Amino acid sequence: MQYLLMIYAAESENPKPGTAEHDKMMQGFTELAQDLEAKGLMKGGNALDDVATATTVRVRNGKAQTLDGPFAETKEQLGGFFLLECKDLDEAIQYAGRIPSAEFGSIEIRPVISCGA
Amino acid sequence: MLQTSKDQPEAAVEKIVREEWGQVLATLVAYVRDFSLAEDMLQDACVSALEHWPKDGVPKSPRAWLLQTARRKAIDRFRRQANFETKRAELEILTNLEQQIRPVEEDTVAETIPDDRLRLIFTCCHPALEEHARVALTLRTLGGLTTPEIARAFMIPEITMAQQLVRAKRKIKVANIPYIVPSPHLWPERIESVLTVIYLIFNEGYATSSGNQPTRADLCHEAIRLGNILLSLVPQEPEIAGLLALMLLHDSRRPSRTNRDGNMVTLEHQDRELWKQDHIDKGVDLLQRALLMSRPGPFQIQAAISAAHAQAKSYEETDWHEITLLYGKLYKLQPSPVIQLNAVVALSFAHGAQAGLTAMAELDAHGELAQYQPYHAARADLFRRAGLKEDSVAAYRQALEFTENAAERNFLEQRLVEILE
Repeated sequence: MQYLLMIYAAESENPKPGTAEHDKMMQGFTELAQDLEAKGLMKGGNALDDVATATTVRVRNGKAQTLDGPFAETKEQLGGFFLLECKDLDEAIQYAGRIPSAEFGSIEIRPVISCGA
Repeated sequence: MLQTSKDQPEAAVEKIVREEWGQVLATLVAYVRDFSLAEDMLQDACVSALEHWPKDGVPKSPRAWLLQTARRKAIDRFRRQANFETKRAELEILTNLEQQIRPVEEDTVAETIPDDRLRLIFTCCHPALEEHARVALTLRTLGGLTTPEIARAFMIPEITMAQQLVRAKRKIKVANIPYIVPSPHLWPERIESVLTVIYLIFNEGYATSSGNQPTRADLCHEAIRLGNILLSLVPQEPEIAGLLALMLLHDSRRPSRTNRDGNMVTLEHQDRELWKQDHIDKGVDLLQRALLMSRPGPFQIQAAISAAHAQAKSYEETDWHEITLLYGKLYKLQPSPVIQLNAVVALSFAHGAQAGLTAMAELDAHGELAQYQPYHAARADLFRRAGLKEDSVAAYRQALEFTENAAERNFLEQRLVEILE
């Protein structure tokens, strides 16, 4: 079954590009993604641009409202995601623990509802 | 055929059903991979047992009988439902039950049925479940306690308890929490979660922070029973033996912890003649075997502290130097202010109240325990022993502010009266 692993971290906590920490983090992501690809577990995933680029849309009474900013103003923001095929929650937890951002942020794991099929 | 007790056949049957509940449920969950469904199946089988056993006698293997009946009842139930609405998932389970699983013959000896309880414990205590839900689920599935019983024991509304259980069972199913004994790299985190759940059950029974009954023996017995089961399944894990030793040693003092009026009696004033010697012997023996494995852990150290108390002939003869050292070791593994508080108290008995007050100053500075009743009670006692009457009275009054337990309140008020006299 599929799990969505959502990476939450305060953007200020992210290692800055050009630093050794940033290089190490990016290398960690690359290795993890390669491993997941090789095992055929990677169903999707990417990093997201920062929340300053976020746009939120609502439709109320048939009228669309478009707003600047994220849906919720919280310290930790969604910064990226992995969509994985895992045999159970333990396997998903194991890969969540290998996401480099888990060391300063948090990874939320949600089972994906399988529709149709 | 075994004969049930002639006087109360129902009670005897209920006892057997209760003892078999955890094992049978564990096997059923392995069959159908669904906690709620397995529970319904077992419930049906138990109703049938209560109907048949008192008049026909208890079968040779109650476990095999319950398994077989649960399986048959489930098939009947699915067949009836399938006529009206054909649910794919349920049909799949039905096929499994009918074909893939070798039926358990009613004369099967219980020993030949694999024991799935370890998987069940690990699933119920999975860290992805909320802590209270883990406790409730463990009591429900392994202990066979009913939801109202658990709600009563934890003094929360039945409906809240039922909702917690439903939510936890749904998460196990939907998030696919595996029904397995975790792999070695997950073992340390997972076994810690299991031990914590069992100790929470014990503590809820041993020292409750609200209500008027200072101990609720049933929860203590259940926690000890679960500890015994776990130890029999994993004899090579020293922390399991350590936890069981700790619970037995604590529990050995239960008869002396309250007096006839229901007031709490401190260790110092307990009648040591009342301590349950068989519990102490078993606890000490388990602890020694655990320590021989040379993998110390927090439960083994706490058990060693409890054993030092249990083996002292009188309060005065307690080996406070040993206890102070043990608290120091424990603090290294679990640096919490509560453990530091205990270390200070032990130190004050080894080296005097003044030394205790000096060590206490560090805790006072941190202020983390400002709302913790035992902290104020310990300070009050240190001031009293050091002859600082006014400071002692003030600290007892603060302790009273933070107590929710009537027995504790009586004890503190009594102390306050004694000082003011």
